[in-house]
Amino acid sequence: MDLNPRIKLPAEIQKGEVFVIKTLVTHPMENGRRKDADGSLIPRKIINLFTCKFNGQPVFEAKLDTAVSTNPYIEFYAKVAEAGTFAFAWTDDDGTVTMAEQKVTLKG
Amino acid sequence: MANFTRRESLTLAGALAASAALPVVALADMTGTKAEAAELTKKFAAGKLPIKGSINLTLPEIAENGGIVPMTVSVGSPMTEASHVAEVLILAEANPYATIAKLTFTPMSGKAEATMRIRLAETQKVTVLAKLNDGTVFIEQKLVKVTTGGCG
Repeated sequence: MDLNPRIKLPAEIQKGEVFVIKTLVTHPMENGRRKDADGSLIPRKIINLFTCKFNGQPVFEAKLDTAVSTNPYIEFYAKVAEAGTFAFAWTDDDGTVTMAEQKVTLKG
Repeated sequence: MANFTRRESLTLAGALAASAALPVVALADMTGTKAEAAELTKKFAAGKLPIKGSINLTLPEIAENGGIVPMTVSVGSPMTEASHVAEVLILAEANPYATIAKLTFTPMSGKAEATMRIRLAETQKVTVLAKLNDGTVFIEQKLVKVTTGGCG
């Protein structure tokens, strides 16, 4: 399953500036209560965990349940004091982890 | 444990009540999620009494589509090592399950704020609990009227 992570965050930031990070992945977030055309239940299959780290340190984490909408959109904030790499990870119920990275540099 | 839908539970409850002339009490699935939410709140608060304040919960008054309800949770905090929001628990009271999401913030979050899209099965209150690093727990609730339910 291709989550096709889309991430939006500034390429250049001011040291100590609080900036927004927007993330979006493609995922049905099946809550296990939907029925298919034959009337059988579609099993639960969701992204149950989203993590964001900066240079290896945890920034933000979200444990998701079935009440998170299809194609989970998660927007949050970060504030860092150096240049480096943001690492994002989405974990599916089946254990698959999808990862993405984005670098930031400091202004001036 | 058999999984009854709300409708089935109410039908069963009605049938039992009719046959045994008993009051219909707590058989409806409706109370299941509320009870679950109460349990989770108790666990999360870990002995502290949740107090009002610090939380800004943004949700539409009326959600046309319960399958995609935009929600922003923002907790006022300096977000320093010494004083910051550690965890935020978001609960439903009339979804199949109580937990919507659990967020973890760090001083590197800069701001204890997040926006997501959630599913609400029907009109209900969404509860947000925020726990600071010192254990203080804040609580906020908002009622969302749902026009078309989006099963949670």
